[in-house]
Amino acid sequence: MDFTLILFYVVAGVAAATAVGLLFSRNAVYAALFLVLNFACVAVFYLLLGAPFIAMAQITVYAGAIMVLFLFVIMLLGAEKLPRGGILPWQRPLAIGAAAILLAEAGYLLVQRVQSAAVLPDPGSFENSVSSLQQMAYLLFTDYLLPFEVTSILLLVAMVGAIVLTRQAKGAQR
Amino acid sequence: MDLGIPLTHYLLVSAILFTMGALGVLIRRNALIVFMSIELMLNAANLAFVAFARSFEQTTGQPVFTGQLFVFFVIAVAAAEVAVGLALIVAIFRTKQTIDVDQLSSMKG
Amino acid sequence: MEALFNLVPLVVFLPVLGLLINMLFGGRMSEKAIGTVASAASGLTFVVSVLLGVALWAGHGHAEVVPFAEWIKIGTLDIPWNFRVDTLSVTMMLVVSVVGTLIHIYAIGYMHEDVRFKKDEKRFQRFFVFMNLFIAMMMILVSGDSYLMLFVGWEGVGLCSFLLIGFWYDMDTLGRPSWANSNAAKKAFIVNRIGDFGFLLAGLTMFWWFGSVQFGEVFNKTPFIPESIILAITLFMLIGVAGKSSQIPLYVWLPDAMAGPTPVSALIHAATMVTAGVYLIARSWPLYSAVPNAQFIVALVGAVTALFAATIAVGQYDIKKVLAYSTISQLGFMVAAVGMGAFVAGMFHLVTHAFFKALLFLSAGSVILGLERGHHHLAHHGPDSGQHEEVFDPGDMRNMGGLRKRMPVTFWLYMIGTLALAGIFPFAGFWSKDEILLEAARNYTVVYVLLVIAAFFTAFYMGRQIWMVFFGRSRHAAAEHAEESPKIITVPLMVLAGLSVLGGVLNLPGVHTLTHWLEHTIALAAEHGAEVGGFLALSWGGLNPVVALVSTLLALGAIYLSWLLYGRKPLEAGQKDPLKKILGPIFTGMENKWFVDEGYRAAFVDRYADLGRFLAEVVDGRFWHDFVHDKLIAGTYNWLSKIALDRYADQKGIDAFFNGLGELIKRISASLRRLQNGFVRSYALAVLFGVIAILGYLLLK
Repeated sequence: MDFTLILFYVVAGVAAATAVGLLFSRNAVYAALFLVLNFACVAVFYLLLGAPFIAMAQITVYAGAIMVLFLFVIMLLGAEKLPRGGILPWQRPLAIGAAAILLAEAGYLLVQRVQSAAVLPDPGSFENSVSSLQQMAYLLFTDYLLPFEVTSILLLVAMVGAIVLTRQAKGAQR
Repeated sequence: MDLGIPLTHYLLVSAILFTMGALGVLIRRNALIVFMSIELMLNAANLAFVAFARSFEQTTGQPVFTGQLFVFFVIAVAAAEVAVGLALIVAIFRTKQTIDVDQLSSMKG
Repeated sequence: MEALFNLVPLVVFLPVLGLLINMLFGGRMSEKAIGTVASAASGLTFVVSVLLGVALWAGHGHAEVVPFAEWIKIGTLDIPWNFRVDTLSVTMMLVVSVVGTLIHIYAIGYMHEDVRFKKDEKRFQRFFVFMNLFIAMMMILVSGDSYLMLFVGWEGVGLCSFLLIGFWYDMDTLGRPSWANSNAAKKAFIVNRIGDFGFLLAGLTMFWWFGSVQFGEVFNKTPFIPESIILAITLFMLIGVAGKSSQIPLYVWLPDAMAGPTPVSALIHAATMVTAGVYLIARSWPLYSAVPNAQFIVALVGAVTALFAATIAVGQYDIKKVLAYSTISQLGFMVAAVGMGAFVAGMFHLVTHAFFKALLFLSAGSVILGLERGHHHLAHHGPDSGQHEEVFDPGDMRNMGGLRKRMPVTFWLYMIGTLALAGIFPFAGFWSKDEILLEAARNYTVVYVLLVIAAFFTAFYMGRQIWMVFFGRSRHAAAEHAEESPKIITVPLMVLAGLSVLGGVLNLPGVHTLTHWLEHTIALAAEHGAEVGGFLALSWGGLNPVVALVSTLLALGAIYLSWLLYGRKPLEAGQKDPLKKILGPIFTGMENKWFVDEGYRAAFVDRYADLGRFLAEVVDGRFWHDFVHDKLIAGTYNWLSKIALDRYADQKGIDAFFNGLGELIKRISASLRRLQNGFVRSYALAVLFGVIAILGYLLLK
């Protein structure tokens, strides 16, 4: 067995486990932490796929910024737990059934359509990664300049929107 | 074929993560966890993206960054989404005093 | 000259314009303005008629058909509204418009007083609207190029007749509140309906066999149609003629039609509308010429009517009733003439009769107004006003007498009319009546005898009228105070008097202007009397001296006889008619119109009412409604619906099905409604199902 393959299976197992943990953790804080772990696992996958930049972005943006934001909100609202009891009795079994079908379909698809022969090579050396990072940056500021700038505007709008939405009305504070 | 990891493995993981995310959206009542599940689904999609990009890179024989750049944009958009989404949850909590999505059924037909 | 023919629609639309003006703006116009507009419309129609006559004369009488509008076009049936300008129609147009115009002018004066005596001045406007409508309809009648167009006019004048007879619909002839006038109008309308039914049958038969109702086409095809069919058509048409031209057996409406104002009696019920039947026969000359049997029947009907009506006229006391029966009698002369194939003689008499009978009626109207004035004068200035509360009939000749001095102009006008009607040389009536008598003598002896006796009676009752009205002493205070009519009334009468005197010029023996004029339209059987011998072969340029002499002597004798009875020893107030002593029950018959109205009532009207009652009460009420509807149909239905349908089919079958359907929809929608529960998570689940479905489809494709 190849080392990377072993690493992949271990990380994949962790990723699946954290996803399940996210699903069933009663406490929202735990859920957030499971998710952080999951993101980290995905970041490892990115590294294995030869995408170090994306892996770093995943760690910093997702696991760092976004999840911290989640935790902030959870703490802010004090909404770690919800009282028990659901209103939709059929929702859970139906959802689980549907998810199972979806998974089965995906598996069937993988077995039938995707060439199992396609094996992805291991990531190359560090220099290789740096050069690829340079090329990517170059692309980002040439061919993808417009989407890049649009994304920056989107982020600005999201920031303003978040401020407007969360800002308390003047009268309400008093 | 002793080196490397098959594409199908990545895709399988991606599928599992996506399904878990979807399930989370469907069975959790906590708006925050629903939101996290959505992030999980996004991640699953991103993973599939990068895996396919890698596969494509191998087919052509030279580095292709389109897939990675797409994921980069997805991450950026997700960040914006989370910012606005959490702001919404905060605003909803202010009026409803809850983040249980089952309490929010004013769209009832 | 040709272009003048295109003016012909104006003869219809000028009166229509007049009536529209009066109808829309008459309310704000003075009486004079209304009368002027109406008279001008009629007068301009006369001018157009003259222009058409000139155009015809210039074109040597060549008939012209002027297309005007598409009217009925269904499949192969194509009946346009065309105007026919030929010598016959123009003759009618001229008569209608000249007499119509004069009567319009007269009516300005007459109605001015009439609406005041009857105390409803608003009806002045209405009167002239109706009158112009009548002129328009009469023009449609005479100018149409098809039997259908003629029928439109025929019905139109019938309507105007109805409207104008019932003009004072809420009172009787004496102005008392009553439905007498409107009943008279209804009677006229209904009797005319019977005649119109005959006309309609004729028209439909004609269309069935000829495939057309256009004059030209019908006459061209006449030789190819079986004689029996033509006989049927002509006899059906005779029913129509009997209705409109007031012949036996449908004449009964005309005397009652005198309920209308006097100008109406003169225009519609003497001069123009009632002659429409004569015009119809003259227009249909090719049809009548083809069937001699029909001709004889028509002639006989006319002659019998002439005599019958003349005898009734002798026994009448109402000045207008005498003239009404006289009109029926004279129409009988005309119908007899056109029946014998003497179309020109009939048309000639139609024209002259229009002049002198209009003159007589209008003069009678003048007399009536004179008496009204006298009565009015008495009521306000009389010594004892209480006496005048009694109902006074200004039309009753027994209330008159000695009017010669009170109303000299009217007297002389009346005299001229009387002499013309009696057929005294050289007045218009002499020439036209003589022509008819001559034709009768040559063709059918029976008809001749009847007509001569009728002519004798004519002279007698006119003499009687003159003596009773104008000579002797006044038999009523109102007659003593009668006043002459104003110029607006007398001037048109003078024109008519002139026409009555000179009307004979139209067709003098030897010259025969009218004959030649009408020959362009009507191919006359010129050989009339070719085979007769004896005194009838004598001819002074078309005038037979024997026939003329006989009729003149008879007329003079009749007038002398009337002088013996009524002139030598004038009637006193309250005295019985001297003829009653001599004739006894016969005069009673004359007085009561031979009880025809009563007979009709007993034979038809009451039977009809009985039939109506029987149908209403027994057939409709008891049998149809009570038994068939209530018992049979409704009962069966109720039984069926209760037993069979309600219990089984309806409740168990149909109801169950539809209720079930409704319930199903309700359940489906209820469960579907649950889907729309407002929970984001279940919507998301639905989305997931969709994803699964699409993915599954893609996989299994």
